[in-house]
Amino acid sequence: MEGKAIKYGDNVDTDVIIPARFLNTSDPKELASHCMEDLDKNFKDKVKPGDIMVAGDNFGCGSSREHAPIAIKESGISCVIAKSFARIFYRNAINIGLPILECPEAASSIEDGDIVSVDFETGVIKDITKGIEFKSQPFPEFIKKIIECGGLVNYVKEKVV
Amino acid sequence: MGLTLTQKILAYKAGYEVKPGDLIEIDVDMVLGNDVTSPVAIKEFLKIGVKEVFDKEKIALVPDHFVPNKDIKSAEQVNIVRKFAREYGIVNFFEVGQMGIEHALLPEKGLVLPGDVVIGADSHTCTYGAITCFSTGIGSTDMACAMATGKAWFKVPEAIKFNLKGKLGKWVSGKDVILYIIGMIGVDGALYKSMEFTGDISSLSIDDRFTIANMAIEAGAKNGIFDYDEITEAYVLGRAKRNYKVFKADDDAEYVKTYDIDLSMIKPQVAFPHLPENTKSIDDVGSVKIDQVVIGSCTNGRLQDMEVTYEILKGKKVHPDVRLIIFPATQDIYLECVRRGYIEEFIKAGAAVSTPTCGPCLGGHMGILAKGERAISTTNRNFVGRMGHTESEVYLASPAVAAASAIKGYIASPEEVA
Ligand code: SF4
Repeated sequence: MEGKAIKYGDNVDTDVIIPARFLNTSDPKELASHCMEDLDKNFKDKVKPGDIMVAGDNFGCGSSREHAPIAIKESGISCVIAKSFARIFYRNAINIGLPILECPEAASSIEDGDIVSVDFETGVIKDITKGIEFKSQPFPEFIKKIIECGGLVNYVKEKVV
Repeated sequence: MGLTLTQKILAYKAGYEVKPGDLIEIDVDMVLGNDVTSPVAIKEFLKIGVKEVFDKEKIALVPDHFVPNKDIKSAEQVNIVRKFAREYGIVNFFEVGQMGIEHALLPEKGLVLPGDVVIGADSHTCTYGAITCFSTGIGSTDMACAMATGKAWFKVPEAIKFNLKGKLGKWVSGKDVILYIIGMIGVDGALYKSMEFTGDISSLSIDDRFTIANMAIEAGAKNGIFDYDEITEAYVLGRAKRNYKVFKADDDAEYVKTYDIDLSMIKPQVAFPHLPENTKSIDDVGSVKIDQVVIGSCTNGRLQDMEVTYEILKGKKVHPDVRLIIFPATQDIYLECVRRGYIEEFIKAGAAVSTPTCGPCLGGHMGILAKGERAISTTNRNFVGRMGHTESEVYLASPAVAAASAIKGYIASPEEVA
């Protein structure tokens, strides 16, 4: 998977990803239309399907709202790479089928606008613009499957029904 | 490589070797939800399409946030949970009159035991680490899937070791210990990690330990966990209706960091608005007038908390400018307070005593703050607007400090009144 990097800093919290005032809906499209707007008004105009969000430490800190990863996913972001994630965001992202990778080296080196590719099989992240390669820990099989299925509910459904 | 206490429990459940960073999928012993998170989880659960839950006895549904129903909307939410519990035969559904605040109730009922893996769609699920189990907060989707399959996935965490020694001073309790630690390491000081409490823990009562483990999340931790000892055993025996397994960290376990903490050096602590890490020793608080005092919650609504409140309040009067609200965390604790005569003294002192509920802790009901008002509270979060208006303030402290402050009208040391 390949896309343009959209880069943010440290401590991007769930309130800027999707502000509480928009939580009266759980419609992904509506959530996506407000995604990141308190941090970056232009986000929804510049994001293209397949783009990769890159951020610093503690991405997704704050509340446990699942609306946050849903809004990012629905915007077209194919993957989030960060130095670190807040833990409930991390699992909520995977559970709703948004791939995320923790890789401090990649997250510091990649710059806004770089073209980046990600291989979930191997965990290799490539900054194609700069010609640098980074290695993150690849997902184990079942996490890969969760993401392939489009989330935990679908994954479980396939297994149990 | 040796494993920490949390890693040992996870490795045992996985049935193979694990190391920090590994993602594993394991069986859970208890799945918890409340009146806010369960309705969302139930919606997701129904999408999965299974006919039954994985185990009718291993799910606990505890409406506690907005009960007794605060308004029509909350009544509808609880109704979704109630109907689901009936339809699917959930054994551990706790109705008003039997309920308590989830994190005080589950251990009290013996529903979570040492060695268990517990998940709850509530961030303070980490509380049960006090009795040497792995327990952590998760999202509604996790809860839904665990109700269907009995499984959840985890990333095996690294651990920070808190090596304790010494005895707590008079009027110092578990709340002061955890506020002191969060002040030291910060609100992301344990991000992703386990906080493992070991060393000489014999001076910490089980209630102190629940309070400490409860606020592990306020340091960003995945879980907090205590070693198992006679105090744990005394609490668990008589409540447990099934066998449980005791785990211990390996001697050569690896920790990312170790803190040595002398409990005898810790003074009563107060966390200033708007983060739990803004702590000060009671000696450095200065003059802070207050409008409201809240004693209770999943952090400090247990019997020991009621006992110390009673010791400070008995024969005294709440300051005329202050509203004191006391809410014991469970029906059993409430009843014991009645038997011991605490409630009578609370009321004589001028306190309002409430049935168990989360109520004011999350700014839900039963004690919301107006603009500009200031409260001292034994709860766990003092974020902007947590207890009401965004321009109100919450100071976090122990029941001893909160009760003393209720008498004085400003944030006061228990020594000033006792
Ligand atoms: S008492 Fe407060 S912190 Fe505890 S479960 Fe209820 S709302 Fe959450």
